[in-house]
Amino acid sequence: MIEIKDLHKSYKMGSNSLHVLKGINFSVEAGELVAIMGSSGSGKSTLLNIIGMLDEADEGEYDLDGIPIKNLNETKAANYRNKFLGFIFQSFNLINYKTALENVALPLYYQKMPRKQRQEKAMKYLEQVGLKEWSHHLPSELSGGQKQRVAIARAMVAEPKVLLADELTGALDSTTSYEVMELIQKINDQGNTILVVTHETDIAQMCKRIVYLRDGVIIKDEKVKQVRAKAHV
Amino acid sequence: MRFLFDKNTWQEIFGSIGKNKTRTIITVIGVMWGIFIYIVLAGASKGLDNGFERNFETVAKNSIWAWSQSTSMPYAGYKTGRRMRLKVGDAITLENRIPEIQYIAPVNTKGVFGGEAAQGVRGLKSNSYPVYGYFPVIAKMATQKIYDNGRFINDEDEEQARKVCVIGERTEQELFEKDEDPIGGYIRIDGIYFQVVGVHKFTQTTPFGTDGDIYIPFSTFQKLYNTADNAQYFTIAAYDDADVVQVEKDIKSVLKSIHRVHPDDERAFGAFNLGEIFNKIMGFANGLTFVSLIVGLATILAGVIGIGNILLISVKERTKELGIRRALGATPNEVRSLIILESVFLTMIAGVIGIIMGAGVLNLINNLTQDSDFPYTNPTVPIPLVIGALLVMVILGTLIGLIPAQRAVSIKPIDALREE
Repeated sequence: MIEIKDLHKSYKMGSNSLHVLKGINFSVEAGELVAIMGSSGSGKSTLLNIIGMLDEADEGEYDLDGIPIKNLNETKAANYRNKFLGFIFQSFNLINYKTALENVALPLYYQKMPRKQRQEKAMKYLEQVGLKEWSHHLPSELSGGQKQRVAIARAMVAEPKVLLADELTGALDSTTSYEVMELIQKINDQGNTILVVTHETDIAQMCKRIVYLRDGVIIKDEKVKQVRAKAHV
Repeated sequence: MRFLFDKNTWQEIFGSIGKNKTRTIITVIGVMWGIFIYIVLAGASKGLDNGFERNFETVAKNSIWAWSQSTSMPYAGYKTGRRMRLKVGDAITLENRIPEIQYIAPVNTKGVFGGEAAQGVRGLKSNSYPVYGYFPVIAKMATQKIYDNGRFINDEDEEQARKVCVIGERTEQELFEKDEDPIGGYIRIDGIYFQVVGVHKFTQTTPFGTDGDIYIPFSTFQKLYNTADNAQYFTIAAYDDADVVQVEKDIKSVLKSIHRVHPDDERAFGAFNLGEIFNKIMGFANGLTFVSLIVGLATILAGVIGIGNILLISVKERTKELGIRRALGATPNEVRSLIILESVFLTMIAGVIGIIMGAGVLNLINNLTQDSDFPYTNPTVPIPLVIGALLVMVILGTLIGLIPAQRAVSIKPIDALREE
């Protein structure tokens, strides 16, 4: 699903340049649940942003489901993001004046889907994350765990090839974190490819594969025995 | 274009406008005030325009009055200070020589410019009234409203020098009983019996007219007061498209040549040119319209700039939201159009409210000044001006919206998302 070859990325900081990614080789098969682990500054978020087409690599190749991702202009990147990728952020990033349902339906709006169809589909995904009764509430009326579930529904609604989650449990307490991870595992069980960036070991253990990043290189890439989140709840 | 009529687009715009109602309202007030000022000013100056027009409607707008004075220069063997006298025949000469003259009528009066007024008597009632010897054509230059059943002096009255008269409202009240019909009744003017054929409603058509004036045929006046072929003044109306200043000059020079007066003598004949004064007043009104246009447009501009300003702040506030939208697949063009459409939409809403409020205020002023002498009638703003103003607002709204829109897309989505 994802093929990355010899990926480099550096940031210019005044006269210095900071080499963040120093030749990443990495691939993800369809249906995998991969955790990218590393301390802060290891380059894991940068990698995720490049995979998410929010940022561009300086060097190297990146293919997403056979499509080479290179020299995209903003419009094309936006269209690819909309069709191929679903984002889940640490701080949820819901639009605060839109209801849960409207938030979930937003990616479909950018697909130019008619309103009625959009709302039906959004409702279906809200139901999957168990928030059907909360569909007309604003984000401010939801708890952290609920917000993140709305964000997951929003990431899922466009039926993307890959779900990208950046520290999705970073703002949640451990019980809520496990609930959210249970949901992620359930979605993965349905065959969705998911990439999770985290620095929490217990969260990483709930994935099927862990990629360790340090100082811009992959130091370890191993398959693990998945810990089911359900056991902790 | 499809984008413009898409229900979804508007839902997005209403969503983001409705998010911060106070800010939206304050933004809208700026432009609303601008267009309100514009409409009220334009309408008020149009109202003044119409008002002046109405004040002059009873008199031909190209009217000139010409009278004789004394010469101030010796000429052709005559010494200076010679007293001039207009002759009835001069009117015919003037009409023949100056093609711009539409109507001309000699007038004689008694008791108008000093001198003793005529004694009007009916039974035991009497008073003194100014008397005018009028040709029927006067009616075409200074429209006198004649009350029902009555009429003005006609050609037959003039030809046969009939003893008929048109009296003023005050004359009627003073000489007739309240419920008496004056038409057909007789009054005595300086000892001669005249039949009343009409009562005129007083309107100020000459600076010296009153509501007691009595009009009699010119020929009758000649016989009654032995004025022979003399005329006190001429009432002249030029054609609408004539240059009234030139006509006045021509009249004076023709009169000078008839009466053998030095061509440069400015004192021999006097004239009052209503057309010239009217043109000056209309020029003033036009100037007022122009100024109101400029002031109005400038105020609208200030309002629209205010909208641009607020949107710029709004875009800054919404950096994160716009970043989320772009992460979810909004293209830069979609973000840009969202902001511009917001700008245009706010401008239009403000414009329409401003126009409605302006129209309301104009209507109110119109009602308040309806029955007063203030020259203010039917204040309207021509539709092309309103459409023009709306168009200007859409264009300005778009242009000013471009600035925040460009700013919104100039931030990379990744930076926008990082913003807390």
